[in-house]
Amino acid sequence: MAKILMKGNEAVAEAAIRSGCRLYFAYPITPQSELIEYMARMMPKVNGTFLQAESEVAAINMVYGAAGCGKRVMTSSSSPGVSLKMEGVSYIAGAQLPCVIINVQRGGPGLGDIQPAQGDYFQATKGGGHGDYRLIVMAPSSVQEFADMASEAFDLADKYRNPVMILADGMLGQMMEPVEFKTARTDEEIADMWLQHKSWCIQPNEDGDKKHHHEINSLEIDPLVLEQHVNKLYEKYAEIEKNEISYEKFNVSDDNEILCVAWGTASRVVKSAINEIKVSGKSVGLIRPINVWPFPYEELKKAIGPKVKKVYVFELNTGQMLDDVKIAVAGKVPVDFWGKVGGVVFTPAEILEKLELALKE
Amino acid sequence: MTTELICAGFGGQGVLTIGKFIAKAGMKEGKNVSWLPSYGPEMRGGTANVSTVVSDEEIASPIVSFPDVLVALNQPSIDKFAPSIRPGGILILNTNMCPHGCKRDDIVQIAAPLVDIAKEIGDPMVLNMLAIGVLIGKTGLIKYETMEEDLTSYMKSRNPELLKLNLEAIKRGIDIAKNAK
Repeated sequence: MAKILMKGNEAVAEAAIRSGCRLYFAYPITPQSELIEYMARMMPKVNGTFLQAESEVAAINMVYGAAGCGKRVMTSSSSPGVSLKMEGVSYIAGAQLPCVIINVQRGGPGLGDIQPAQGDYFQATKGGGHGDYRLIVMAPSSVQEFADMASEAFDLADKYRNPVMILADGMLGQMMEPVEFKTARTDEEIADMWLQHKSWCIQPNEDGDKKHHHEINSLEIDPLVLEQHVNKLYEKYAEIEKNEISYEKFNVSDDNEILCVAWGTASRVVKSAINEIKVSGKSVGLIRPINVWPFPYEELKKAIGPKVKKVYVFELNTGQMLDDVKIAVAGKVPVDFWGKVGGVVFTPAEILEKLELALKE
Repeated sequence: MTTELICAGFGGQGVLTIGKFIAKAGMKEGKNVSWLPSYGPEMRGGTANVSTVVSDEEIASPIVSFPDVLVALNQPSIDKFAPSIRPGGILILNTNMCPHGCKRDDIVQIAAPLVDIAKEIGDPMVLNMLAIGVLIGKTGLIKYETMEEDLTSYMKSRNPELLKLNLEAIKRGIDIAKNAK
């Protein structure tokens, strides 16, 4: 299929539909509005359901219901809207239901602004909602990757019966890049996908035997039962941590004097600076976590070459992934951080300046 | 090779479209491209700008710090972006709305009354196509044929008259670039 020039918001919506998403519930918010607009336009054409809910809270609970029926369902929002969804996300995780949530991050806290930011890393990877639960969190850095992640996210959600979040930002949502889509799944394939949920999801009880009914629930009043349930979840998360580490190495070598760590949009700016540094003969590498939960702790530690003086973290926040990097580096070398906040995106020139200073230290 | 481009002007002058057509044509010619608009309240009656990158390699940052080419359709765009044009880079400016111009002598400047010429062609709306013409005429970044093919597929059935004017504007822009010193 030929490449199409598309905004990230539209590309991820198209990719979700192609991977079998036929139910989408959301409430509009900048900078992800093109996503909801695209779904409004396209869902009727594939006999899907688009519904603009009365609020983010309503939207996530519609997702809860649809996911309970074993259907591929998605919602999307931007930072303040995602905060509103958090109660529902915790319920969905507790009830072990597959769904995809997209967060096109903007500046915060509060209503913040509508420019790109990465301030929701903690919320996405460390909880956000209440209770002991985890989301699989994928962090795209290009429009193509954003689109590809839609289908991966649905597959992972199904595989682990767990909500998956794609953590993008306003820049990825608004920018256009060429994107190539996978062949769309047919109606028969989508119907087949549902079969894998048949053993647990809500469906007509054909034999009328109440023992055969399926229960979708996150409430366990008996502490001993809940303890068992949470331990079961914990085992699942351990399995995910084992299988779903995903990261990119950029210019990582034994010659590296600095090892950068950056994710999403920030990583692209860092790549530009590293390319400029190469010209001067200095070697700087970059580790880009593609999935930010589970986080590539071991892989990051192994990537620290013998000449590395410093691990340098760049984020569009005040240092959130930084904590995970420190856990990974475990004091092996100093860890430094620089970031920009409030929807201000650092430029390649600024990162270059920081790296040049650090190389001189 | 990588060409980093910033197009800037008043909201409504069609600067985002300049970037979009360049990116689309670049993609059709098999290059990597990115198109990053300014978005938000500043677009309402204020200034709009877009960073477009066209490259043979993978594009790292879509954010442009030091443009190789700046298309400035008004004076505020020059004031904001011209100081960061790479030495030896190109500034295309619309003299109708850039009364103070740009004082740098280490860049190539192509100045033309683009608004007047657009009116002459028959529609002030073709201003941005005229700028595209100057841009591709000077840099060779995109082939005229690619632009023609793309615009034709996009506009032929919807507005054949405007298509004609647009193509004329691009050709006229190419001529301006060729005749510039």
